[in-house]
Amino acid sequence: MSKPKSILNREQLNITIHRLCHQLMENHSDFSNTVLIGLQPRGVMLAARLQQCLDEIHPEFNVELGSLDITFYRDDFRRRKNPLVPSSTQLNVSLEDKKVVLIDDVLYTGRTVRAALDAMLDFGRPSSVELLVLIDRRLSRHVPIQPDYVGHTVDVVAEERVTVEWGDNERVILKA
Amino acid sequence: MKTLSVDHLLGIKNLHKEDIELIFQTADNFKEVINRPIKKVPSLRDITIANLFFENSTRTRLSFELAEKRLSADTINFSAASSSVKKGETLIDTVNNILAMKVDMVVMRHPNPGAAEFLSKNIDARIVNAGDGAHEHPTQALLDAYSIKERLGDVVGKKIVIVGDILHSRVALSNIFCLQKIGAEVKVCGPNTLMPKYIDALGVAYEPDLRKALEWCDVANMLRIQLERQDINFFPSLREYSMMYGVDKKLLDSLDKKITIMHPGPINRGVEITSDVADSKQAIILDQVENGVAIRMAVLYLLAGKIKK
Repeated sequence: MSKPKSILNREQLNITIHRLCHQLMENHSDFSNTVLIGLQPRGVMLAARLQQCLDEIHPEFNVELGSLDITFYRDDFRRRKNPLVPSSTQLNVSLEDKKVVLIDDVLYTGRTVRAALDAMLDFGRPSSVELLVLIDRRLSRHVPIQPDYVGHTVDVVAEERVTVEWGDNERVILKA
Repeated sequence: MKTLSVDHLLGIKNLHKEDIELIFQTADNFKEVINRPIKKVPSLRDITIANLFFENSTRTRLSFELAEKRLSADTINFSAASSSVKKGETLIDTVNNILAMKVDMVVMRHPNPGAAEFLSKNIDARIVNAGDGAHEHPTQALLDAYSIKERLGDVVGKKIVIVGDILHSRVALSNIFCLQKIGAEVKVCGPNTLMPKYIDALGVAYEPDLRKALEWCDVANMLRIQLERQDINFFPSLREYSMMYGVDKKLLDSLDKKITIMHPGPINRGVEITSDVADSKQAIILDQVENGVAIRMAVLYLLAGKIKK
């Protein structure tokens, strides 16, 4: 296996997250009617990071955050070798008439987001739904889904894997 | 990514500790689902499940049916009382006829021990044993252990006493297997005549004295006296049974700790436990029923994941 290639280093990732926060603020003013929803498992960390960053910029905002697990809504159940083990869903608010931002780290085929739209509707009918992703793997969609906010766009082949790492060594890398 | 080590749920005996943990972990998620405003997920929408009940049941059948509906599966129901079994059809013929209607999974309760295993070897569908005679009732044991875990935080090292008719009880046998596999200590208590021979071979001690058993345990699982399975008298009268082995509030309050009371239902109020015990905060009988749906959803979901179409 060749050495992982860097897409965004720690500093670049930090700048991108700040830009995404400001783009969200353009459309959601004080976030009073907005819910950020991280998709389990990996979108949750990005969502938490965005909420933290918004809190630093505007401590008076009270940004609502939830996590949504879409395992039971997937369209590839029983097509995989093993069933996926679900993660937890934590949504303590009704989404009725809310402005929802679905958040995931990497947008690839779009099937996860399709399932998330289904799963989300079980918690109410939002007035609008937007999609925010850190990495958009362009030209690899299986369904007609496009993001509203994009951190970084990449063109990579199917065999390559884009991984977002969190924690002390935050970065985005490409593995062959 | 994990999966069950078995293709059918025939009994707890052939499950591994990891299987039980996986079922509990999945049930946690389904418990969250069944407490939502919309209590339904689409996972099994292309699966058809037949519920075959060759023996009477209310709560197990309703619980399975609800679990199937919450997973969006299609279901058909069959009870022996109103069927061609009465006309002399064999079990395999009955089931094969049902499978010809393109059924993917079978949930079966049958009066004969081993009926579920027999079926799993002879037909092409996933089988879930919902009770086979006095042999096993795996989903009941799973939901009991899950409820203990929920109430006490953990099962490891906990002391559980099963009280009553151990001899005729599939719940007792499955409970013993399940609790021991996940690290609990089990004793049985009840009239000598209702204890199976060689129970000590399972690593289970027999305590004839109810008071001593309750003083020892963290949880008491009070089994129902199954009058329908007793063709000879195992004890002189129900009144004497309840005097010797029934739990009332006075007895419970006289213990130096608060133990948890369980009952698989249906309760014979005033026989195994009195009404004030059944309705007290120490009883988790209704939690068991709620957890039953989540556990059965987890089992059906994990087994359905192994069906390739």
